[in-house]
Amino acid sequence: MKALRNYLNKIKPNFEKGGKLQAFRSLYDGMETFLYVPNDTAKSGVNIHDAIDSKRIMSLVVIALLPSLLVGMYNIGYQNALAAGAVDTTAWWQMCLYGLAVLLPKIVVSYAVGLGIEFTVAQFKGEEIHEGFLVTGLIIPLVVPVGCPLWILAIATAFSVIFAKEVFGGTGMNIVNVALITRAFIFFAYPSVISGDKVWVATEQIFGLGYQVDGYSCATALQHLAGESGLAAANLSVSDMLIGLMPGSIGETSVIAIALGAILLLWTGVASWKTMLSVFVGGIAMCLLFQYTLPTNPVAQAPFYTHLILGGFCFGAVFMATDPVTSARTETGKYIYGFGIGAMAILIRVLNPGYPEGMMLAILLMNVTAPFIDYCVVQSNVKARARRLTKKN
Amino acid sequence: MAALFSKKNQEAFSSPFLKNNPVTVQVLGICSALAVTNKLEPAIVMGLSVTVIVAMANVIISLIRKTIPNRIRIIIQLVVVAALVTMVSEVLKAFAYDVSVQLSVYIGLIITNCILMGRLEAFAMQNGPWASFLDGIGNGLGYALILIIVAFFRELFGSGTLLNYPVMEKLGLYEIGYINNGLMLMAPMAFFLIACIIWVQRAKDKSLQE
Repeated sequence: MKALRNYLNKIKPNFEKGGKLQAFRSLYDGMETFLYVPNDTAKSGVNIHDAIDSKRIMSLVVIALLPSLLVGMYNIGYQNALAAGAVDTTAWWQMCLYGLAVLLPKIVVSYAVGLGIEFTVAQFKGEEIHEGFLVTGLIIPLVVPVGCPLWILAIATAFSVIFAKEVFGGTGMNIVNVALITRAFIFFAYPSVISGDKVWVATEQIFGLGYQVDGYSCATALQHLAGESGLAAANLSVSDMLIGLMPGSIGETSVIAIALGAILLLWTGVASWKTMLSVFVGGIAMCLLFQYTLPTNPVAQAPFYTHLILGGFCFGAVFMATDPVTSARTETGKYIYGFGIGAMAILIRVLNPGYPEGMMLAILLMNVTAPFIDYCVVQSNVKARARRLTKKN
Repeated sequence: MAALFSKKNQEAFSSPFLKNNPVTVQVLGICSALAVTNKLEPAIVMGLSVTVIVAMANVIISLIRKTIPNRIRIIIQLVVVAALVTMVSEVLKAFAYDVSVQLSVYIGLIITNCILMGRLEAFAMQNGPWASFLDGIGNGLGYALILIIVAFFRELFGSGTLLNYPVMEKLGLYEIGYINNGLMLMAPMAFFLIACIIWVQRAKDKSLQE
């Protein structure tokens, strides 16, 4: 570790103003502050410092995402073997290896495009590189289906980093979740690669790994639920749904892996338990409401727990609704914000057959309303205090 | 002759193209810029229609500007514009029926286009007919310019065609997995494109930065 620090110190002069690698200052700065907590302190005013800075928080979220990533990888291989009818003859590590071969290019593209833009902007503005993309860049490959081509992923990432983040002033200033904007962009611009029944299972051989399956189609559990034949056609056991062995976006399928991440986020206090809990409460409340009011709607009649474990509900609730930048800031506001996401997600799933998955749109909608929720909470508090004051006198 | 192309008149004609563009600087006429720009052809027709109407309305109002009672000037301007819009609409129906169907209500809605009322109020009411004519032509073409730029990108990336010529297909892009961007055909993308044009323009011209 000492050697790394010494090496960083040795190459530092090259990157400073006048050095020969001046153009890569932001890159060096980003790497240095990522590896070591920066030593410098604020020059003016009184500042409260947390024990960990935002780069360390981001690293924690990345660690929390790892279980979903690994299960997602395994699931890619598993679904591929399932499509080829060779689950019994394929070893688990072969499935994992195949999953890695499919997933790695997506992660590389997402990071390369996003960080490329981030470094360019930071260098151009003469600012420090923002760390937010560390998490976003890993979430983006996890919320798209395996069939999403890399060039579309690259365009969508560039679009969202520029228009959802940099134009607002970078990390911490964006009003909507950047990873979800990437998904929404793909969803509206290239609907054929993110919906339908051809994109959820990888069917190509890569470097001799996996199986070549032609003309295979397989809908997600939610699409089955909204379809004619109902969830039974998906042929899934509850344990499959919990472990995540079903077609879906790469990282969203496994409830258990997401729960592991959630435990880490809650234990370290990075994510707010209030938001997370109220998303589930909102979802359950809306499910129960529809169960009694819409007896003929097959989606509404599914038991409420299937709604929670299918699709992106858990992933959204744990990793996206709790994004501290775009969620409500006030403590009361977090309950309202979370409840709104859960309720809206189920509302879209049940009442709009065009969108079998409502979580993305629900979170984006509540992201936009979050400042308004905060405003109302603050104002009602101001009024309550004013009333208390006048009563006393 | 020199007076016809005086500095002031040249200015009236040329400034709407860039530094006083009705769409990107004054942010007028956005509604139709979103609505008719998903194909290049209707955008060109729309741009030309607005140019003709602004120029003629400017000339007519400028000619009668001294006799218009101040209190009812808006009504009179509207009557003139409405008459011209109806004429253009009829001409389009007669000679370019397909395009007029594509443009549907937006030709009629030129009446409510802010650029028209803006030019009549701000320019034609104070200036002579020749200067007003140049101003109208300039503003109409400035508007058309932005429409055409936006429509170019929307049609090329949204439908893969240009003036209905299948560009992307001829380039063989579909065979290597290219897919048209459906978002380009929706109105939000026109917002993004206009925003990008405004962004580039203001980055280049410091005097426009607020």
